[in-house]
Amino acid sequence: MDYHSPASFAEASALAENATGITRFLAGGTDVLVQLRSELVTPDTLIDIKKIDGVHDVTRNADGSWTLGVAVTGAEMSEHPELGRDWPGVVEAMDLIGSTQVQGRATLTGNLCNGSPAADSVPAMVAAGVTLSVTGPGGTREVAVEDIPTGPGRTSLVRGEVISAVNIPARGENGGDAYQRFIPRTEMDIAVVGVGVNLRLDGDTIAEARVSLGAVAPTVLLVKDAARAIVGTALDDAALEALAAAASAACNPIDDKRGTIEFRTEVAGVLAKRTAKVAYARAKGEQA
Amino acid sequence: MSKLHVTTTVNGDEVEYLCDPRETLLDCLRDKLNLTGAKEGCGTGDCGACSVTVDGRLVCSCLMLGVEADGKQIETVEGIADGDVLHPLQKKFIEYAALQCGVCTPGVLVAAKSLLEKNPDPTEEEARYWLAGNLCRCTGYDKIIRAVMDTAAELREAS
Repeated sequence: MDYHSPASFAEASALAENATGITRFLAGGTDVLVQLRSELVTPDTLIDIKKIDGVHDVTRNADGSWTLGVAVTGAEMSEHPELGRDWPGVVEAMDLIGSTQVQGRATLTGNLCNGSPAADSVPAMVAAGVTLSVTGPGGTREVAVEDIPTGPGRTSLVRGEVISAVNIPARGENGGDAYQRFIPRTEMDIAVVGVGVNLRLDGDTIAEARVSLGAVAPTVLLVKDAARAIVGTALDDAALEALAAAASAACNPIDDKRGTIEFRTEVAGVLAKRTAKVAYARAKGEQA
Repeated sequence: MSKLHVTTTVNGDEVEYLCDPRETLLDCLRDKLNLTGAKEGCGTGDCGACSVTVDGRLVCSCLMLGVEADGKQIETVEGIADGDVLHPLQKKFIEYAALQCGVCTPGVLVAAKSLLEKNPDPTEEEARYWLAGNLCRCTGYDKIIRAVMDTAAELREAS
């Protein structure tokens, strides 16, 4: 295994493009090292992106949007004094992953590129409308989070492409987001169902919404029907029931000992309602 | 395959080693620097027996490559005592008998010290959450938590 620590994303991209065999990028390493140690994936080329300028920075831009470096850890996100005020759902989703020790290393980008349908931060990022800067041989393009995963363990990134920044939109006025998941125990487990909701209010009425589901299909889903069920409402009981029905209808889950198809489908609806209520309360400026 | 040269600081001392890029920081600490306090329990970041701090951040040394330690400040359980003088956490762990087989203890001590440096007055719930990534196969959690909470109280009084 060849180890590289390039000084720029252009260099990282060129290394990956010219490498033979299996290439992995190393950010926090909480998946890459487990796969390496268990001999599931032994890279021929390992490209550590943590020595590139800016990858540890959390920046609020002039327009209120945020740019996160690809090596920013979950712990750094949770400790940031402002980020969680704008995007509590994104921060709480990342914070649910693993122990204190894992939080010290794990990154949003790694969680996304690992390609797990149950990745906690991914539904929250999809709901928030997060995009990624992707640097490749032809330059840098911007890609929506929901366009990255293509199936368990697979992404749409092509040879020589590397994610070079995480772009979170400006929060704006009267908005709120939330993420909740179901797991069989209380902490440190993999989602059986995860739901991200992000919405913006006009008075008491939901003007815009994005709803995302995790762990109920081969990829994280952006469920437009679920968003349509609550837009134009004040999240009354009828809207909540329509939201739950739309969320359950979008499910195409696996059946395993951690959650049957029937269970995951039902819970997706229940969690969508709970998560939407939290996002709504946050958009109203209430503690939730 | 040529080995990589790493210069890092462990418990305040500058050290150097040559490592294969596949070797973890835990392998390097134990096999090259003879610092065998950190243990390999699971090797997958679940058990916390290999806990160390890197630039002040609590991590599992099994989930980090030895080569990534270059230029970093590493603290291990061997650096907690001041010579023969035990750290207050170590004294309390003895007083409370907060260990049985002892395999998890180095990781628990490193994690607990990291907690008290960030939060000198944790609630029991905060302490339990912070230490949730340190598994004790003897399931002696209650004594560990009591020792940590009492150390925190003692350190607050002393400061």
